[in-house]
Amino acid sequence: MATTHWKVRPYVLTGGRTRTRQPLLIHTLVSAPSYDAVFAASLLPETRSLYENAREVKSVAELSACSGMPLGVTRVVVDDLVATDRLVVHVDPYSSPFDFRLLERLRDGLRQLA
Amino acid sequence: MASASSPDTMLTSAKIVIAGGFGVGKTTCVGSISEIPPINTEAWMTAASEPVDRLDPGIDKTTTTVAMDFGRLTIGQDLVLYLFGTPGQARFWPMWDDLCRGAVGALVLCDTRHLDASFAAMNYFEQDSDVPFVVCVNLFDGVLTHDLEEIREALALSPDIPLITCDARDPSSVARALMAVVEHTMRRTAGSATGALTAR
Repeated sequence: MATTHWKVRPYVLTGGRTRTRQPLLIHTLVSAPSYDAVFAASLLPETRSLYENAREVKSVAELSACSGMPLGVTRVVVDDLVATDRLVVHVDPYSSPFDFRLLERLRDGLRQLA
Repeated sequence: MASASSPDTMLTSAKIVIAGGFGVGKTTCVGSISEIPPINTEAWMTAASEPVDRLDPGIDKTTTTVAMDFGRLTIGQDLVLYLFGTPGQARFWPMWDDLCRGAVGALVLCDTRHLDASFAAMNYFEQDSDVPFVVCVNLFDGVLTHDLEEIREALALSPDIPLITCDARDPSSVARALMAVVEHTMRRTAGSATGALTAR
């Protein structure tokens, strides 16, 4: 991954905000269900790169990596795009990471690779 | 690719953290099983700096970035497992909290030649985190050079924490180690029907 050279301080992209309306974990999945090229063209380069990459389902961490924005900035940008219905956060059907149904599926899936 | 369809938005994710000291094989472990090349990214900014960090004249404050690496594994049509390697240096604890929030479990790798390199990671999971963890000796040459019980003693590892081995270069060995993490979490959280042990 190329080192990003910031022409502006990173949090300028978020207007100085560091908080999000919803918890966005680093593995939370995000996607752009109805990609809009005209909207994309109106965005700042980093934000546009993030939005374009979300055409395929990606985690917050992947979006951070492909847009070159640190996680904290990525979260705020994702949150804003979700608030305006440009991106959707995939709702977790499991009650917690320790939900037995989830653990069973992971165990069985890993067994196939073992 | 066609535009987003409903199976796409049904996709969900889980996460296992790969921890351990510098040079114990975290990146190798993630890379050997990930279906994408491991991504190494400058994830966090921090104002923390070592006394040896040199500040250029005219710059009165600096931020450095902390890298993490991660990989991705498709478990089924609707489930993706992410593997996140921890930043090695102990001064990045706040990032560990961020990394571990919502994790299914953690695999703490260690190397018998430098057991002490993984002490900080073990302390973190023993004392500062609710994420269930398994300790795993990475067999660098495919052979175990010490008895596992001796290693358990040297690590002062509590008897209820599983101690296993794996070869981080071997995908099926890594898959078995990850299975051990999931099974340990199942045992730890059994009884609390919906997994009431919540992640912080």
